[in-house]
Amino acid sequence: MRAVTQADPAKSAGSAGPLAHRRPLGDRGFQLLALVAGLLVLIILVLIAVTTAQQSTTWFTTAGFKGIFSTDWDPGASKFGAMAFVYGTVISSVIALIIAVPVSVGLALLLTEVVPRRWARPIVYVIDLLAVVPSVVWGLWGILVFVPWLQPIYVSIASGVNGVPVLDTLFGGHNVQGAAFFTAGVILAVMITPIITSLSREVIATVPAIDREGAYALGATRWEMIRGAVWPHSQGGVVGAVLVGLGRAMGETIAVALVIGGSPEVTGHLFYPGHSVAAVIALEFGEATGGEFRAALIGLGLVLFVLTIIVNLAARAIVERSARRMRGA
Amino acid sequence: MHLRRRPQVLTVGGALVAMALSLAACSSSSSSTPPSGSSSSGSGSAPAGGSSSSAAAASGTINAAGSTFQTNFQQTAIQAFKQSNPSITVNYDPVGSGTGRSDLYKNTVLFAGSDSPIPSKEASEVPSGKTVLYFPVQIGPIAIAYNLPGIKGLKLDPAVLAQIFQGQITSWNNSAITALNPGVSLPSTAITLAVRSDSSGTTQNFSDYLVMAAGSAWKLGTSSTIKWPSTAHEANGGNGVAQAVKSTSGAIGYVDFSTATASGLEAASIKNSAGQYVAPSSSAATAAASQVTPKSDLTFVTVDQGGASSYPITYQSWDLVYAKQPNANDANLLKAYLGYLLGQGQSLLSQLNLAPLPASIDSMAKAQLSQITS
Repeated sequence: MRAVTQADPAKSAGSAGPLAHRRPLGDRGFQLLALVAGLLVLIILVLIAVTTAQQSTTWFTTAGFKGIFSTDWDPGASKFGAMAFVYGTVISSVIALIIAVPVSVGLALLLTEVVPRRWARPIVYVIDLLAVVPSVVWGLWGILVFVPWLQPIYVSIASGVNGVPVLDTLFGGHNVQGAAFFTAGVILAVMITPIITSLSREVIATVPAIDREGAYALGATRWEMIRGAVWPHSQGGVVGAVLVGLGRAMGETIAVALVIGGSPEVTGHLFYPGHSVAAVIALEFGEATGGEFRAALIGLGLVLFVLTIIVNLAARAIVERSARRMRGA
Repeated sequence: MHLRRRPQVLTVGGALVAMALSLAACSSSSSSTPPSGSSSSGSGSAPAGGSSSSAAAASGTINAAGSTFQTNFQQTAIQAFKQSNPSITVNYDPVGSGTGRSDLYKNTVLFAGSDSPIPSKEASEVPSGKTVLYFPVQIGPIAIAYNLPGIKGLKLDPAVLAQIFQGQITSWNNSAITALNPGVSLPSTAITLAVRSDSSGTTQNFSDYLVMAAGSAWKLGTSSTIKWPSTAHEANGGNGVAQAVKSTSGAIGYVDFSTATASGLEAASIKNSAGQYVAPSSSAATAAASQVTPKSDLTFVTVDQGGASSYPITYQSWDLVYAKQPNANDANLLKAYLGYLLGQGQSLLSQLNLAPLPASIDSMAKAQLSQITS
């Protein structure tokens, strides 16, 4: 014991070089493992991008820039425009976020700030159970139970807003169907709520107790404490949690495929059937005939990949800017 | 403090694991690659190495993938075949004709089920030097299912069918429909179209039929995915369309006859090229196929055939096999199983509301078995 404590400082006093050589096997093994794991992620990503790009070249060369950025999808006439699907993916994800974010952040605040910990635990379990339900179950429930239930509601809303300027464009129209953009958005909202909730809850729980107590000591109410002490501290993390949810919503395939209606249209009517990038790949790949159809579907995978990267970069920029502003304040 | 925090961290960890699992479940359910048992075409030869002494009885595994139209027949036939040939395992993965053919080109399956011959656009994907043999295995009608309470035996002709599915006729009491159904009081209910949202051999053959029978009246072309009028209800799979028709009064859709029958839907009688109205049935489908003269490679078109008792919207499905197999055992396995499908297997089709091949085509297909060599 004594020999060891004396020997160590003596040897490390030599130079930094020999120290690296002397590192035990476990450390070197761990370093290697971490390096491999890190590189593997990058390699897999690059390989996916390369193979999908390779297999979809026919689409890019035949359809051209104009063909890809059109909304016309008609495989019978060899027209493979991607934009109707991109639109559907974005719209259904945005609807999902509009519904899920307030609910999730509210739930996270409820669990950390309002409810005593003894009661919070069972609530957390129930919310986490939502995340365990497989997406195909959400889709089947959606198409068999939720869609037939929503159909008459949509129809009555549509007749109610008939003629009202903005509302008529969003919720009106003569082609209102149960399987629609909005239905997909609602199902996605339910699916991403547990993710955003549990990640936000973790972030909010890291707010130092001294900040909260400080706010109370200055005479703040609970709401003022949350706004002044909790929110600035956890803002960035909550946005991060929302991003994870958004990523899930944009990539969700089978649940959306079953409830979005399967009609590649670009329309402001949220109760009209639409389509999404992931859903069209899943639905049409099986019987896709001929080189370009198949290439277009693989190319749509690449489009989704790029779309996700753009959204993530944009959101990261927002988080960083708000973090900088907070430090400045 | 630390001890109290830990369970919560575990809960989150559990939630993340659960999330990952559900994501994994999601991705596998939508994946198009055969999930299991289809590693390579060579897998049939692995067990054969040990039992090569009994050369006559092949043993091993046949991995196949393709047409969803063949699912019921393949599953029933595999069960029956297994009883007489316990040493041969057949796996049929219903991933769709297009994916099935693509698997064949990539050599991951021994045969592919397909509702259409290899399209000209795809011909370049067939590995050079390989000859593909077509074995027709089943015939089946596509029913025009409708939901009009109290009305049975609705009659439609190709031109009206084309107008309905293009959204040009929008209510049931349209004069074009009532003219075909004298004495039937049709309601003023709006027509709701139920169509497939996924690409499908059923859509391909239904639109092929309209191109051939309705001519210039049909403007949406033919493909496995059609750009339907935006008012159409698009549903996933034949069962989805059947469900949509069943739950919507005034709906009309095209589905496999077997699916329509299983869902208890009414099916319209369609005017064939001989001028007769024929309801979909197993025997009317075989009658249509018996009018066919197959090409030398055994490809043919069954839709819109003549003959007074032919149901005009009848389609067919093939199993596609390479003539030259990598080894004798694979060739023997294929001969045994395809021989069964073309022989005893044909008697299973009527009970599935599909139809057996007419004797003439069946005997040609059986004769072609000898072209599978190693």
